[in-house]
Amino acid sequence: MTPMDPMSPHDSTTAPSLEVAGLAYAYPDGHQALFGVDLTVARGERVALLGPNGAGKTTLVLHLNGILEAGAGSVAVAGLPVAKRNLAEIRRRVGIVFQDPDDQLFMPTVREDVAFGPAAAGLRGAELEERVTEALDRVGMAGFADRPPHHLSFGQRRRVAVATVLAMRPEILVLDEPSSNLDPASRRELADVLRSLDVTVLMVTHDLPYALELCPRSVVLSGGVIAADGRTQDLLCDADLMAAHRLELPFGFDPRSVTAPV
Amino acid sequence: MGAGHSHKLYRHGHSPVHALPAHCKIAAVFAFVLIVVSTPREAVWAFGLYAVLLAAVTVAARLPAGFVLKRLLIEVPFVAFALLMPFVAEGPRLHVLGMSLSESGLWGAWNILAKGTLGVAASVLLAATTELRNLLLGLQRLKMPPLLVQIASFMIRYGDVITDEMRRMRIARVSRGFEARGVRHWGVLAKSAGALFIRSYERGERVHLAMVSRGYAGTVPVTDEVTADRAQWTSAAALPLAALAVCLLGWTL
Amino acid sequence: MHVPDGFINAPVSVATGAVAAAAVAVSLRGARRELGGDGLGGERTAPLAGLVAAFIFAVQMLNFPVAAGTSGHLLGGALAAILVGPYTGVLCVSVVLLMQGVLFADGGLTALGVNITDMAITTTVVAYLLFRGLVKVLPRKRRSITVASFVSALVSVPAAALVFTLIYALGGTADVSTGKVLTAMVGVHVLIGIGEAAITALTVGAVIAVRPDLVYGARGLSKPLELKVAPVAVPAAPGAPRTEPAAAAAPAAASEAAEAEPKSPAPAAAPRSTKRVWLAGVAAALVCAGGISYYASASPDGLEKVAHDQGIDKQEKDHAAKDSPLADYSVKDITDARLSGGLAGVIGVGATLAVGSGVFFVVRRRRDTDPAVTDERTPERV
Repeated sequence: MTPMDPMSPHDSTTAPSLEVAGLAYAYPDGHQALFGVDLTVARGERVALLGPNGAGKTTLVLHLNGILEAGAGSVAVAGLPVAKRNLAEIRRRVGIVFQDPDDQLFMPTVREDVAFGPAAAGLRGAELEERVTEALDRVGMAGFADRPPHHLSFGQRRRVAVATVLAMRPEILVLDEPSSNLDPASRRELADVLRSLDVTVLMVTHDLPYALELCPRSVVLSGGVIAADGRTQDLLCDADLMAAHRLELPFGFDPRSVTAPV
Repeated sequence: MGAGHSHKLYRHGHSPVHALPAHCKIAAVFAFVLIVVSTPREAVWAFGLYAVLLAAVTVAARLPAGFVLKRLLIEVPFVAFALLMPFVAEGPRLHVLGMSLSESGLWGAWNILAKGTLGVAASVLLAATTELRNLLLGLQRLKMPPLLVQIASFMIRYGDVITDEMRRMRIARVSRGFEARGVRHWGVLAKSAGALFIRSYERGERVHLAMVSRGYAGTVPVTDEVTADRAQWTSAAALPLAALAVCLLGWTL
Repeated sequence: MHVPDGFINAPVSVATGAVAAAAVAVSLRGARRELGGDGLGGERTAPLAGLVAAFIFAVQMLNFPVAAGTSGHLLGGALAAILVGPYTGVLCVSVVLLMQGVLFADGGLTALGVNITDMAITTTVVAYLLFRGLVKVLPRKRRSITVASFVSALVSVPAAALVFTLIYALGGTADVSTGKVLTAMVGVHVLIGIGEAAITALTVGAVIAVRPDLVYGARGLSKPLELKVAPVAVPAAPGAPRTEPAAAAAPAAASEAAEAEPKSPAPAAAPRSTKRVWLAGVAAALVCAGGISYYASASPDGLEKVAHDQGIDKQEKDHAAKDSPLADYSVKDITDARLSGGLAGVIGVGATLAVGSGVFFVVRRRRDTDPAVTDERTPERV
């Protein structure tokens, strides 16, 4: 069983993409960030993870691929528990797109950067090249393979950052604030890309209209626990819930007036 | 400076010199410079021949002479330094145009000037015909430790990003009416430098997270392994071998 | 001090190359320990050292105006050693030098060994050893770190000049007496060292005020403080991947300083430590200057020295022109003043004292105006 084997069918067809149960975590300095998070994301779902600053969103994300180790509770990706012995496979299955594409794109050219993940897992030659081309195609950046990342626009860099994790054919794509710093056109382009992907998406965001546009379901993480879970439109229309968790809609935006995706 | 991937010294082209694998070129240039440095300074003609050799490489690389000559300007300051040597060195003195010049100082000046210029010219040719990324991979193929190559790549990749952050911080200072005019203002500038360090270090931590998230475990896989065949090594070796012949002649004649 | 090809003969160039290679190899190991994993798995050396190298590279371009249009740059060896540890420091400065040599023809390829030996290895190692020694001796306070940074950076630069002179004595191709080279090199570099020391101390002080945990050289020191400071530090930097919040705090602190700079005077500063600062500064300055005065009087040939001094000076100047790290802090007037042989040492000491005490005065005031520092000082004092 090679680690790069795309989604070995034995477990992933039945198990949900992501299953977090009773996850609690305290930082070494004693500060506790998560107090028992339960979250299940089925295959192919697109879920928005909403929450005020300091709610523990980033902490939760870093548990999904084993960068932080659960203090209590468990995380499983497509049935595979996140544990030391599975880390390589877990990190292949969970593609995290970090907020600053400059952090994510650390190699000298776009091609090498997109190749980094699959190459680290052992792919070489034509197979690797195919992965790179495919991933860049899916984000519409195929013509930029030989460009250095810092010569791209911010929106292009963010799309390449998505490609770098798509190249690993992940089970679940985790995006940290995907719409931050994007101009409206880039924002729409990224939305088109994300919608076109046939992959489970967990999107951490403050951008509520974007969540409504892309994710039928949302969960609210507040105070280190999941405080709400439901249809994005229902959540956004619940003024009390929103206020209780410091979530605010942009001026003039009425979630009721939008036809939300199902 | 730090123009990143397509650095200012690189000049895109498709000449045979451009096409040579980077590690062959680096080895050739390094051997060449070492040979030049070993040549006795009294063999003036030898340095002329070295210059001819480099000119031949320039032609083969289809680099305009002006391009290379302009790049040589980088050494002007130390030319000035060399010119002072005849005045300060010891030993028997010559009297030219009413100036008292040290004979060995003149030789010393010539020595540094000739060898320094040839060294700069050789480096310029290397940098002008080799892409940055390939230079680094070439160094790695020449057994420079991969970790060092990684560090260098990160430095190149983020040199621009950080220089840019520094520029933005300066603009932020200027926008609030601060203009550093003297030693009194060093404190503020140093605070910026300190903040820049913290940002850089924290970016390093974030980059590390992003790498680990994609399966990094200490080595960056080399995906496009460039190998050199015998013919390429031979053509790259032409420069140092010719120089070696000149050098040996210089010692014997 | 970026030595070009042909300045040092081939055998000595090769030998220093071997020394440099060995030192870099050792540093690669040591750096792993210094930057070691924090349980995240994977190796942190490459990204962290790479980013620090990029920082050194960038900060060398930050202009510190001296007077009348002249300005200086940071060389960064001492700073790197104090902030990230000696091994990583050697590694980062070496990588910067390597890239400058290969990409920008700044410093000869055969002289790479010479350049790494004196500018990367000597500065960092000397600075770090001195720094650790001083930190042990001085009272366990934040200000001691600043003092130790100042002194170690001050000494590290002439130390590099000294090593260069040694290499020159072994394999120099120019026929200029070693004594003269030493006088000129060390003389000029004491002046450069003062600038380096001031900038290094201020920068280390700035980092320690915001992220004391990031100052490698002060790790042992910050341990006992951490417990008491914890409640203050937590909201600013919640947790292990505390990247974003603290990144935001850093510029805030910088800008805060920009605004608050020359205001309220220092309340009470521990007089004992000020005295120590002075004593340490005087001692260091005397050590450096002693060497100069000795050699200055040993080579009394005034005219030749003029030319030579200017020669070395010119050589320094080329760095500024090329954006290279070893730019000159030298001010024209000072260079002229230094010309009269034996005076050099006296002037060196005087300038050191003046600048040194000036810096500490400013630093002290700054620390007291900086609210973050004041907060943290309270537990220190108790």
